[in-house]
Order: sequence, then structure tokens, then C-alpha cells
Amino acid sequence: MAHSGAAHAHKEPNYFGIIVVLAILTAAEIGVVFVGLPRFVLGVILVVLALWKAGMVALYFMHLKFEKKTLAVIAVTPLILCALLMFALLPDSDPERNLQKDAAGAVPSAPQTH
Amino acid sequence: MSVATTMEHQAHAAEPAESPITPESWGKLGMWIFLSADAMSFGGLLAGYGALRYYSHDWPRPMDVLGIALTSFMTFLLIVSSFTMVKALSARRRGDLGQTTIYLALTALGGAIFLGLQAYEWSHLIHQGLTLTGNPFGSPLFGTTFFILTGFHGMHVTAGVIYLVITIFMARRGAWGYNEVEITGLYWHFVDLIWILVFTFVYLL
Repeated sequence: MAHSGAAHAHKEPNYFGIIVVLAILTAAEIGVVFVGLPRFVLGVILVVLALWKAGMVALYFMHLKFEKKTLAVIAVTPLILCALLMFALLPDSDPERNLQKDAAGAVPSAPQTH
Repeated sequence: MSVATTMEHQAHAAEPAESPITPESWGKLGMWIFLSADAMSFGGLLAGYGALRYYSHDWPRPMDVLGIALTSFMTFLLIVSSFTMVKALSARRRGDLGQTTIYLALTALGGAIFLGLQAYEWSHLIHQGLTLTGNPFGSPLFGTTFFILTGFHGMHVTAGVIYLVITIFMARRGAWGYNEVEITGLYWHFVDLIWILVFTFVYLL
């Protein structure tokens, strides 16, 4: 309690404005699903909107914007690691290759020719 | 800062009283590091979900199975509960314990309603035959990943509601100040942040 004054010297953001933006972005996410866009375009839009919302929660509600930059590095690290993890898992989700593997499982000694 | 003052400072304290990254408290740094690790748990589950979904040929369109109205309402509810959480923090900053209690209680209530709706959704889906290992709408892995992901998140909401109730008691007793309420808030906003991602990847995409 002794030094609580210095702890939050930053100006308080307009929290109500932020939830209004978050609500609008959520409504946009739900709306865009029903437009009937091509799957890839829809995916990109939804991921961008989700990261935008998540970023606003972290920056304003979790005060990351007003913290030391090192804390932001700690916060962003899992995001980078998860992006790498997705690439690491990508070979496992190749439908063609896995189906061949499953089919080959029945005859273990069958040589694979590619 | 001169070398002499630095030396003097080190001589007085074997361990610095202030965290260099979060000068307010070590607790805040601790919570952030925990949340980073926790984000990796969710990241692992989401990446696994993505890989399994891409692998499957008969993944159902989640919205057709799950509906969207109830889940959208749950999403709005969590966003609003994040708002009441920052209002609780503002009230604590002003030293207004009454308002702090009210807003913390509203936040906990939002979490509790969220859990109730999730329980309703789960029981509805289980009645339709969607289980951990079975899915009448297509790939059984849909059931597995859906229950594991939303279950892991629901567990976090449950812990959050308990954490909020503890915070109310500790704040009213005067044992927890602004800093402790802020740390509770960090956890609660993180749960909201994760739901934003789960909502997109499991329900909408």
C-alpha cells in the first residue's frame, strides 16, 4: 500500500469504449460467418478479428500498454511458440499422407513407392 | 544512478524489494509468467485441434451442431464481466470498498452464469450423442477436442469465480489492496482472452 500511488500513474483508458468496440467486433465476427465468403477469406478475417480482440483485452484490460516492454516480451512469447507448434504439427495433418499410412498399416511389409 | 548508490542498495538488500519488470510487485510478474505458461497449454490444445480437424474428412460444421446464439451470448457475457472487473479495480484505486465488492461480485456472477450456460450446452449436446469418443454428426475427434478445449477453459472459469470470491473477502478485510485486485483481474481477463480464441476457432471457423 505504501507505494500504490506510483504503481498506476497512467491515465485510465476509456473502458466502456473498449467493451463497445469488443462487442462490435464480436458482432462482426458472427455476421461475417453468414455472408457466405470463400472459406479461406472467412478464415483470414476471423483470425484477424480474434487477434484484434485478444490484443485489445491484453493491451487495455491487462494494462500491457502501460507496462514495461519486457513484460510484453513475456506475454508474446507463447504466441510465437504456438505459431511454431502449428508448423511442427503440420506434417501430421496432411490428409493424403496419413490416409496412405493408415492403408499401409494393414500390410506392414508392403514397400512404399513414391 | 551512481555506482556508489547501486552498491549501497545491493548491500542493504540481498534480494531487490521491487521486481525490475513490474515495480509494483513480484506477484504481478509471477501472474504474468504463470499466464504465459498457461497460454502454452491452450496453445497446445488449439494447435492439436487444428491438426486433427485438418486431418479429418467429415468434420462437422461446428455452428450447425452447436448453434451460435447461446455461445454468442456467453461471449458477450465474458466481455461484460471483464468490464465489471476493471470497474472493480477503478473503485479499489479510489479506495471505495463498497463499489469494489459490488463490481467483483458482478464479475463472479457473470462467470457463474457463463458456467451454467456451458453446463446447459454440454448436457444438450451429450443428449444428442456428442461425447468424448462419439459424434453422430461426423468425426468422433470433434467431440474429443470440443469437450477437452471447452472443458479446460470452463475449469479456468471455475477457478476464476473461486478466485474472485476469495478476492472479495480479502479486499473487504483490507488484506488485499489495489495490487492484489489487479492480479486477480489479470487472471480473469486472460480467461476472457482465451475464450475469444476458442469462440473463433471452435465455434465460428
